[in-house]
Amino acid sequence: MNSTYWSWERFLDALPFVLDGLWITIVLTISCFLFSLLFGFVWTFLKRIPIKSFNWIVTWVMEFIRSTPPLVQLFFIYYAWPVIPVVGVTLSPMTSAILGLGLHFSTYIAEIYRAGIESVEKGQWEAAKALNLSTMDKWRMIILPQAIPPTIPMLGNYFIIMFKEVPLASTISVAEILLRANTYGARNFAYLEPLTIVGIIFLVLSYPSAVLIRKLEVKMNTRFDKNAAAKSS
Amino acid sequence: MTAPIVQYRDVCKSFGDVEVLKGINLDINPAEKVAVIGPSGSGKTTIIRLLMTLEEPTSGDIVVDGKNLWKMEKNGDMVRANENHLRNVRGDIGMVFQHFNLFPHMTILENCMTAPVHVKKENKDEVRKRAVEMLERVGLGDKIDNYPSQLSGGQKQRVAMARAVVMRPKIMLFDEVTSALDPELVGEVLEVIRDLAQHEDMAMVLVTHEMDFALDIADKVLFLDEGVIAEQGSAKEVIEHSQNERLQSFLSRFRS
Amino acid sequence: MTITILLAASLFAYIMAFVAGLSRLSRNIIIRKVGGFYVEVFRGTSLIVQLFWLYYAIPMLLNIQVASNWWIGVIAIGLNYGAYLSEVVRSSILSVDQGQTEAATALNMSSFQRMRFIIFPQAVRMMLPEFGNYTIQILKGTSLVSLIGLTDVLYYGDIIRSTNASITPIVYLVVLVFYFLLALPLIWLTRKGEEIAKKGAASQ
Ligand SMILES: Nc1ncnc2c1ncn2[C@@H]1O[C@H](COP(=O)(O)OP(=O)(O)OP(=O)(O)O)[C@@H](O)[C@H]1O
Ligand SMILES: [Mg+2]
Repeated sequence: MNSTYWSWERFLDALPFVLDGLWITIVLTISCFLFSLLFGFVWTFLKRIPIKSFNWIVTWVMEFIRSTPPLVQLFFIYYAWPVIPVVGVTLSPMTSAILGLGLHFSTYIAEIYRAGIESVEKGQWEAAKALNLSTMDKWRMIILPQAIPPTIPMLGNYFIIMFKEVPLASTISVAEILLRANTYGARNFAYLEPLTIVGIIFLVLSYPSAVLIRKLEVKMNTRFDKNAAAKSS
Repeated sequence: MTAPIVQYRDVCKSFGDVEVLKGINLDINPAEKVAVIGPSGSGKTTIIRLLMTLEEPTSGDIVVDGKNLWKMEKNGDMVRANENHLRNVRGDIGMVFQHFNLFPHMTILENCMTAPVHVKKENKDEVRKRAVEMLERVGLGDKIDNYPSQLSGGQKQRVAMARAVVMRPKIMLFDEVTSALDPELVGEVLEVIRDLAQHEDMAMVLVTHEMDFALDIADKVLFLDEGVIAEQGSAKEVIEHSQNERLQSFLSRFRS
Repeated sequence: MTITILLAASLFAYIMAFVAGLSRLSRNIIIRKVGGFYVEVFRGTSLIVQLFWLYYAIPMLLNIQVASNWWIGVIAIGLNYGAYLSEVVRSSILSVDQGQTEAATALNMSSFQRMRFIIFPQAVRMMLPEFGNYTIQILKGTSLVSLIGLTDVLYYGDIIRSTNASITPIVYLVVLVFYFLLALPLIWLTRKGEEIAKKGAASQ
């Protein structure tokens, strides 16, 4: 059996084939991320509507989406949605993946937004009120400029997390790197080399970005510490 | 004359390039109460952290009860002390911290019992009896099952003192134990220290900005300035007869 | 099937978390590097990739026919989330206030006693909410085992779907609800853990 041993020849043969899927992986990551940024905003907005029962429902819908597997959610959107009467539409694998993964992670993104908003001190809200700013101006000039910077490293982390979740889309036949690796494996009865390539691609791309974000985080922290020190003195 | 229980011999300490202590020579006798005063940054904290072995001197020796803190004999050579040696010498020393450092996951009583039971392997019932007595003595007999988070700062500091005393150290170190407290809580903590100073025969080293109190209970006062002991003697000598200008200007800030 | 994998993988992940988390704090540089390598490799790639990779690699590298893919699922999920959780272990231990170590030293505790009585109990309290969160992640991760041919809930869902397409929505909805019901106690435990973590730990 020629597939039992590691072969560099096959490794090199599989490399371009797998790499061909990389741009789909990247496009999908970016699309999912943008979609979840947008939808996270919707969640945050919905949660701020001060009706108790409504708030409760939003909270639990988010909890439901967050604590059930994205894989099943993908299947639901791709396989089940078209069959649903009236509202059902058939979506392309790519669109399903963007919707499914984007929606799943938007519930996490919403938490980040919330943390950012809550990190703005109570005094800032009161000062904005005391200056008689309109709601629009209050958010635009006082709250958001302070709430957004601390969320940036966290959002960066989620970008990397989503990048690593994108291979789930291979299960609904999006031809990203994992699917291509599996395809290569099925054609040549050799899975190990193409799958190793996929692993290496992820490591090579995600590790440096993670290091970069950690640096960014440290930098931001020191900046905010300085601000805090200036405030208290 | 009794032999000193603590000796600093030419002790220097640097953090990176900054020389914080520049040749400290100091003897402390058993049961002697020493107050360390001096401007901020003069090295007061460092001097007692060295004694507690929380920092290692850059050069010089500290000898406690005849044992060199950081050096031990091995095959006839003096080598850097290992953990065993350090634990051996630490047994004589207790410390109370500025920020209490109580263990938040333990009750007040457990805070006082853990070390005697597990470090000194003493009988649990005896330790409990002693700990309860000590907590009563510092006025917290009704709080023994509370957690630190349920106490005021002054109460926390009194627990910290009880915790240290239950270990029966020969030397007790206090690092500005009242400076993290609200002014109205300072008195209750000072009272406990005064009680210990009068009724316990351990040596005490007290770093403090409570000048009147320090001068009142201390047998010996050290004025530390820029990493050297600029003046030392009895409270009376230091205050009334010192010619040291920096000391006079330092003291004048505490007199209204 | 889902439940047994969840339990076994969680247990394995917790063990790996402590082993790797503590070895990254070790004084021995080799132990530290090995721990770091493990964590970076498993955090740097996806669970689904690891699962497939192990599925094909384990039989080949170890030259055994693995009796059941159940083990592969447990190992992959456990190794993956163990790597994430080891970071929780490590950072919790590091975030116990330095003053706690100093107070314990002043009470003449040995380094083992300091860890055992002072640092570790506080760090564990801080870890609880994150362990709860990651256990929910592990639960979600178990859905992947159907991809290597294990007959979990999702697998049965797929079977039913392929025989009767019109009930597909209901099938997947039931599967989702099934996962959610399993997650509920974990969500509850996580919130409890947050309460416990708030009290009883001195952190920087
Ligand atoms: N761990 C450390 N690393 C670097 N520098 C330190 C460290 N600890 C103390 N220092 C420096 O050593 C000097 C003396 O510090 P020390 O804490 O002993 O002063 P102090 O007399 O206790 O002052 P204060 O009255 O403000 O408590 C200071 O300049 C301080 O910045
Ligand atoms: Mg000090």
